[in-house]
Amino acid sequence: MKTILTLASMRIRITLRNKAFLFFSLVMPMGFFFAFCSLLAKGIPERITFWMGPILSLTVMGTFWGLSMQLVTWREQGILRRFRLAPIAAASMIGASIVANFALILPTVILQLTLARVIYHVTNFGNLFSLLVFVLLGISCFGALGLVVASVTNTMQETQIINQLLWFALIFLSGATVPLAVMPRVVQRIGLFLPATYLVSGLQRALVYGTGIFSLWVEVISLAAWGILAFTISSLLFRWEPEAKLPRNAKLWAVSTILPFILLGIWENHNGKLLKQAANMLDERPPANAPAATTPSTNP
Amino acid sequence: MANPILQVENLVKRYDDVEAVRGVSFSVAEGEVFGLLGPNGAGKTSTVEILEGLRVPDGGTISVCGLDPQKDPIALKNEINATLQATSLPDKLRVIEAIRMFAGFYKRNRNVDDLLKRFGLEEKRQAFYHQLSGGQKQRLALAMALVNDPRVLFLDEPTSGLDPQVRREIYDIIEELKREKKTIVLTTHYIEEAERLCDRVAIVDHGKVIAMGTPRELKQKSEHTSRIEARFARPASNGTLKGLDGVNDAREVGGAYVLHCQKTARAIVSLVKHLEAENNELISLEISTPSLEDVFIELTGRRLRD
Repeated sequence: MKTILTLASMRIRITLRNKAFLFFSLVMPMGFFFAFCSLLAKGIPERITFWMGPILSLTVMGTFWGLSMQLVTWREQGILRRFRLAPIAAASMIGASIVANFALILPTVILQLTLARVIYHVTNFGNLFSLLVFVLLGISCFGALGLVVASVTNTMQETQIINQLLWFALIFLSGATVPLAVMPRVVQRIGLFLPATYLVSGLQRALVYGTGIFSLWVEVISLAAWGILAFTISSLLFRWEPEAKLPRNAKLWAVSTILPFILLGIWENHNGKLLKQAANMLDERPPANAPAATTPSTNP
Repeated sequence: MANPILQVENLVKRYDDVEAVRGVSFSVAEGEVFGLLGPNGAGKTSTVEILEGLRVPDGGTISVCGLDPQKDPIALKNEINATLQATSLPDKLRVIEAIRMFAGFYKRNRNVDDLLKRFGLEEKRQAFYHQLSGGQKQRLALAMALVNDPRVLFLDEPTSGLDPQVRREIYDIIEELKREKKTIVLTTHYIEEAERLCDRVAIVDHGKVIAMGTPRELKQKSEHTSRIEARFARPASNGTLKGLDGVNDAREVGGAYVLHCQKTARAIVSLVKHLEAENNELISLEISTPSLEDVFIELTGRRLRD
C-alpha cells in the first residue's frame, strides 16, 4: 500500500509539471464546462443542472487519455523497466495510476460544481451521494480503460489514434455532448452499448431527479463490472519492457472487457427504458427564453 | 567456490529463432567483482537481466542470494540492485525525489543524502532528470542502485557512451565499492574496464563463456606469447634469433627486432648470451605482455569492437 501511495504521489507530481497532461485533466474539462453552461444551457440554473451530467461525464472520461499516454511513454523510454528492478508488483504500478487519477480529477470536479454554484447560481445538484458514487466509479472505470489501451498499444502514435477513436465514440454517441434523446434512432441504438451512456445517464438522473443510488443499480453494477474486468485484464497484459511482445490474443482480451455493455446494450435496446428516461428528461427541462434550443445543430 | 552468492548453470535464453544465451555457467563469490566481457550482442545483457529477474530464462538453474529470480522476484529484488542499459526516469522528476522514492520501495535503506554527497550530486538535488548530463545521469543511476545496500550489484555496461574523463570517474566509484567488498557483476565490452576493475572475468561470445579466470590467469593461459622488442648496435640474423632458447618467432620490423616468446625470462637470458657471443650490443629492450584483447582475438579470431 505504501508503494502504491509513493508511486501515485510521484505520478501526480509529474503530471502537474506536464502541460500536456494538465490540459486533459483541467483545461479541456473547464473548456467544456464554460461552453456547455453558457452556450447550451444559456446560463439558466435548471438547465445547467441537466448539463452538469454531460460536463462531469466528460471530465471523468478524459482520465483514460492522460493515463494511457503516460504509461506508454514510460514504457517506450525504458522508465517502467527501472521501476521493475525495484520490488514493485504490476498491480501496484497500475493501481497507483488509478489512485493518482482520483487526485488529479476530483479537484476539477469540485471546481466545476463550485463554479456552477457561484457563477451560475445552480442550487439543485440532486442526490449528492449518487453523484459522488458515479464520479468515483467513472474515474476508476475510465482509468482502467486507459490501462487497457496502454496494454495493447506499442507506440505513442498507436495510443493517440486509439484514444481519439475511443474519445469520439464516447463523447458523440453517448449523450455526453448531444443528448441521446435528440439523436437519430441508429445512434441511440449504438449508444446503448457504450459505457459512457450509462455514466451520463446515471449522473444526469442523480442530478435532475435526485435519484438514489439503489434505483441506479443497473448503471452502477454495469460500470463496476466493466471497471473490474478492465483492471484485471490490463494487469494480466501489463508490459514493463518496450520490446515485450503482445500475447497473440491480447487484443481480443482487451475488446472482451466491453462484454458487460454488450449484454446491457442488447437488454436496453430490447426494453427501451433508458432511451425513454433520456427523452423524458429532455422534455421536462424548464424552457429557456429562446425557443427550445437544445443543441448547436438544432439552433436556428 | 565455497559459498557462492550467485550461481548460474547452463543458462539458455532464446528470442524467437535466435539463441542469445547458450548454456552459460558461472558463479560469483561474496565480495568479488565479476566481469562479463564480450562484444555487443554476445548475450551479456540477457544474462544479467535474467539474474535480475527482468527476463525469463528458457533453461538452466539460477540462484542469486539463495533465491530463484522467477520464483521469488520480490524477495530477490530487495536483495539486489542494478544499473540498466536503455533506461530512463521521468524528465520532470527531481534528483532528490527519484532517489527518495526508490529508497522507499525497499526494506533496507541507506541514507540518501550520504549517497548524493558521495556521488557528487548534492548541488543537483533539485535538478530535473532531463537537466542532467550523461555522466550525472549515470552517477544518479549508481546512487539509486545503492539505496537498498544490495548484496549483489549488477552494472550493465556502466561506462558505455560516456566520454573518457567521465568514464574514469565511474571507475573510481566502482573501485571504491570494490574496496568496500561489495559483490559486483558487471558487463563490459571495454578491455580496460575488465582488467582494471574485475577480480575475475568471463569472456563471452555468441552466448557462450569461452574463457574464465582472473585477468592475469587468462593472459597467462594465452598461447599468445609475450612480445620483446629490442634494438641492437649491429644487425643480427633473424634465423639465429629464432633458434634461441625460449623464442618462438623473430622478425625485423623497421630496424628493431620483435621476438615472440613463450618463456620470457629464458628468452631474455639466451638473447643476452647470444649478443655477448656475437660481440653485439643491446641498445634497448621492451617487453609487452598480452592484453585481454589479445586473448579475445586468439579465442575468437575477431577484435572486441568490430
